[in-house]
Amino acid sequence: MSRELFRFKGGVHPPEHKAESTSRPIHAAPLPKKLVIPLRQHIGNPAKPVVEVGERVLKGQMIAAADGYISTAVHASSSGTVAAIDLQPVPHISGLPDLCITIETDGRDEWVAHAPLDYQAMESPQLRMQLRDLGLAGLGGAVFPSAVKLDPGASHACPTLIINGGECEPWITCDDMLMRHHADEILQGVAIMRHLLGSTEILVGIEDNKPEALDSMRSAAAKLDFAVEVVKVPARYPGGGAKQMIETLTGKQVPSGKLSTDIGIQVFNVGTSYALARAIHHGEPLISRLVTVTGHVLRPQNFEVLIGTPMHTLITLAGDRDGTTGVLMGGPMMGVPVPNLDVPVVKATNCILVKSKELFPPLPKALPCIRCTRCADACPAELQPQELFRFAKAGDFGRAQEYHLFDCIECGCCSYVCPSHIPLVDFYRYAKGEIWAREKDKRAADLARERHEFRQFRQEREKKEKAEKLAAKAQAKRAELAAVPAAEGAAVSDADAKKALIAAALARAQAKKTDTAPKNVDQLTPEQLHQIEEIEARRTKIRELARKPLESEEKKP
Amino acid sequence: MLAAIGVMAILAVAIGLVLGWSAIRFKVEGNPLAEKIDAILPQTQCGQCGFPGCRPYAEAIAKGEADINQCPPGGEEGVKKLAELLGVEPKPLDETHGTPKPKSVAFIDENTCIGCTLCIQACPVDAISGAAKQMHTIITAECTGCELCLPPCPVDCISMVPIAEDLPHWKWKHPVVMMKQIAETEDA
Amino acid sequence: MASPFILDRTSVTQVMAWVLAALLPGIATYVWLFGPGILVTLSLATVTALAAEAAMLKARGYPAKPFLADLSAIVTAWLLALSLPSLAPWWLIITGTLFAIVVAKHLYGGLGQNIFNPAMVGYAVLIVSFPVQMTHWAGPNELTSVHLTLAQSATVIFGGDVPRTTLDAVTMATPLDALRTGLLQQLTVDEVMTHPIFGHYGGVGFEWLAGAFLLGGLLLWALRIISWQVPLAFLAGIWLTAGFLNFYDAGRFGPPWFHLFAPSVMLGAFFIATDPVSGATTPRGKLVFGLGAGFLTMAIRTWGGFPDGVAFAILLMNLCVPLIDQYTQPRIYGGADKEPRT
Ligand code: SF4
Ligand code: SF4
Ligand code: SF4
Repeated sequence: MSRELFRFKGGVHPPEHKAESTSRPIHAAPLPKKLVIPLRQHIGNPAKPVVEVGERVLKGQMIAAADGYISTAVHASSSGTVAAIDLQPVPHISGLPDLCITIETDGRDEWVAHAPLDYQAMESPQLRMQLRDLGLAGLGGAVFPSAVKLDPGASHACPTLIINGGECEPWITCDDMLMRHHADEILQGVAIMRHLLGSTEILVGIEDNKPEALDSMRSAAAKLDFAVEVVKVPARYPGGGAKQMIETLTGKQVPSGKLSTDIGIQVFNVGTSYALARAIHHGEPLISRLVTVTGHVLRPQNFEVLIGTPMHTLITLAGDRDGTTGVLMGGPMMGVPVPNLDVPVVKATNCILVKSKELFPPLPKALPCIRCTRCADACPAELQPQELFRFAKAGDFGRAQEYHLFDCIECGCCSYVCPSHIPLVDFYRYAKGEIWAREKDKRAADLARERHEFRQFRQEREKKEKAEKLAAKAQAKRAELAAVPAAEGAAVSDADAKKALIAAALARAQAKKTDTAPKNVDQLTPEQLHQIEEIEARRTKIRELARKPLESEEKKP
Repeated sequence: MLAAIGVMAILAVAIGLVLGWSAIRFKVEGNPLAEKIDAILPQTQCGQCGFPGCRPYAEAIAKGEADINQCPPGGEEGVKKLAELLGVEPKPLDETHGTPKPKSVAFIDENTCIGCTLCIQACPVDAISGAAKQMHTIITAECTGCELCLPPCPVDCISMVPIAEDLPHWKWKHPVVMMKQIAETEDA
Repeated sequence: MASPFILDRTSVTQVMAWVLAALLPGIATYVWLFGPGILVTLSLATVTALAAEAAMLKARGYPAKPFLADLSAIVTAWLLALSLPSLAPWWLIITGTLFAIVVAKHLYGGLGQNIFNPAMVGYAVLIVSFPVQMTHWAGPNELTSVHLTLAQSATVIFGGDVPRTTLDAVTMATPLDALRTGLLQQLTVDEVMTHPIFGHYGGVGFEWLAGAFLLGGLLLWALRIISWQVPLAFLAGIWLTAGFLNFYDAGRFGPPWFHLFAPSVMLGAFFIATDPVSGATTPRGKLVFGLGAGFLTMAIRTWGGFPDGVAFAILLMNLCVPLIDQYTQPRIYGGADKEPRT
């Protein structure tokens, strides 16, 4: 309790609305008929499907494998049959669909064979591979693959491990409920993290608006054989942001553009720690999570939900009401509106917040910026949001970057306090997207330039080579021809010689045309040869058709 | 009086010498301006500007032989960047060279393609793979959308397909905070 | 529209309303010590400003309702009215207000876009164009034999027939004017200060007025509508410059407390220099802005052609704002300008 706390700059204190959803116990949501499991639930490469349509899968079976280092696997949340692997609506602000595996559940909820892992006996790299294959990703919102974060790397030691129980966003209580009821398991996960990272100092930061969670975590920590300090931190949004939590607890700031591991600190969310404990001690992949369903519903509460469960089933469970004006995934400060209620719960879904006119009055219209700098006072990244806004709006992205656009954590504090009600964060997201897109265009242009230049170089070289070859051949031919008429004893004019030359060349060209086969058809599989034959057949037909244009017209659909 | 004129003259000569020397000493090889212009051009290599590729157009701009508003794929934004680089006023795109279109890539209908290689010869960035009598395919990632392969195709099997927006390519739109619009809807 | 989906309650209208409210103690003191004439000036400026704002919004194709409701035009009008001589003729008030709203505000792009403080532009134009009329200050009631009623003040302002003697009995040089004229007549500061207009600090009546504006300013600061940097730096700029000059030659330069409590300084420090739109935005920038404005105010008072320099000083500093902001960008979270705290 004696720990000195530090105050991060900025921040706001919106109404908390936490009590609504903490009064009811955690319920397990029933098994839905259909699970839609997106392959892109984490940061990094989307997982690659390893099952086929029609295949029967068991609960916990891997249905898509991690693709590369920064990626993680995806698992079937229950047993059933793979009904489709296609584009389905997902909870994303764009409303665009993404690749998902749809499973029709059979109601038996039959587990795949799984067993606890003896993590202390395993080599770290193998253990991390296992975690990647168990689908672990940060459950605090960023969904970064946990296996990557648990790799301290060659040069980075991580003496400090911070477990983030801040949960500063209004309305959301899933971490609070998890800490109240599963403190022991959370700390089991912490033990595994400590093992992998070699941390010597372990801090758990919990905002002071969660006294029950604090008590429960403290008594669980007292039972451990290593020291875990559970620290009460003042509630202020975005105090649960990783960087803000680090500053509050240690007084250190993560250098701009660097990772917290560069200053020897790693941060995990309590939910991730819990999932890690389930994975190691029970062998269970990440197939469910706690989700707060709150806002404009009859019974706001937390559910234990299988990944892939459609959101509308949860809202129905919590009791939907008339007058709903929209649904958010996440909290009111950083959440995303979901395009429709069929979208599934994913690993990042911490909260389903149902809006109504009373709880979330429509935002007032924006006025011009009056440069009052309230936003700058509220910005936890200590930026000058009004300047960023000016540059982003004018499309001066270079200046926006100079003013540290990419240090913006999109927390929304600036928009929250702006008296002109400008949707500032939208402008930052837009500017960031534009800058990324431009970098991509630039790379494409560079590639095109390179290829164009290479082509010109190649054409030049071919021309030269051809000319040289021709010259050499002509030389040889002339010598040859010159010899023949001499033997025949007849005077042959130069013109005749040329004619002969041309005739010979033509004959050669003819021969070449018939001989040369494309180089890439040398070693082909039977199927490919078959394909080529088919295409050839099609082509002959087309050519015939082309010769009889009138008939072909009629045959067109 | 005479002394003053003398001093000025000596100064002028000295400065002239320094300038002349540094011009020789720090002479830059090649034409960096053309290079800088080329870096701004989109490298579509479509030739709509009237030059056989982006580089020749860049050189023409550098020499002052071409205007900065002849590149439709670069759009207004490209003109703006060129104007900034050259320190001139931006001007609207010259419509006689074409208008900007949504970014597209070529697509070969493989059922119709007769494998004539004509498009391969036309493609400025070697984005078409195939050989004589083989069906050809566009390497989508490398196609610049220049449309140069369309006219040579004897069976018209190449079409331009606008790049569809999917999740990884999606980006935020400009949030329109037009006070006028906002308030009009409010008044209505 | 994306996150966040909740907002703090503060709006531009509220901010402006608080600014107006914070001016009320000053206005009340004004009426109490100098007579009710200021109310006429305020009303006239307000009506003109609203009309001009509505006309300009219409001309520029903006709807009037949300922009009139933001109250910014009224703030401009009041600040200008409080800077003008209390018995300035009606056409002076209207000209100044029109200039402030039409030219300084709307021709620069409207709310949030103007680089100069509109009220100060209006004031500067008037003092340059009509220096004589800009001296029609009513003297403090304490010192004048004739006290005008509201109706009489209105008559004076609207150019009605007022006996010359009444007018002479009412108007008086402001302390700054008096000091300036006195010094020009080769009197020492001490000799000038024997004039009855000089009170304990800044001149009879004026010092109370300054106190009332200070009170309003502190209210704005307590509500975090203005930051402490600009007023403090502005006052410090004046006090330091005046103190230095006074220390150098007390006979030729007025004492620093006099300059602090002279009319327009407190109003300028808390209400005009703190105008967010035309002021600096970074914390250090605000300090530079305030100090610079304070120094320039003193420089103009001492060596310039006008008795008071607040308006010109603020306008000059407005001009420097982009530069100040650019060179005073604060360190960001995790930024490299300074080593992160360890
Ligand atoms: S809070 Fe809003 S009005 Fe104030 S400076 Fe920031 S963006 Fe501008
Ligand atoms: S959204 Fe970005 S700019 Fe706005 S307060 Fe948060 S970090 Fe600062
Ligand atoms: S494939 Fe066609 S459109 Fe694409 S770059 Fe080559 S020639 Fe241009």
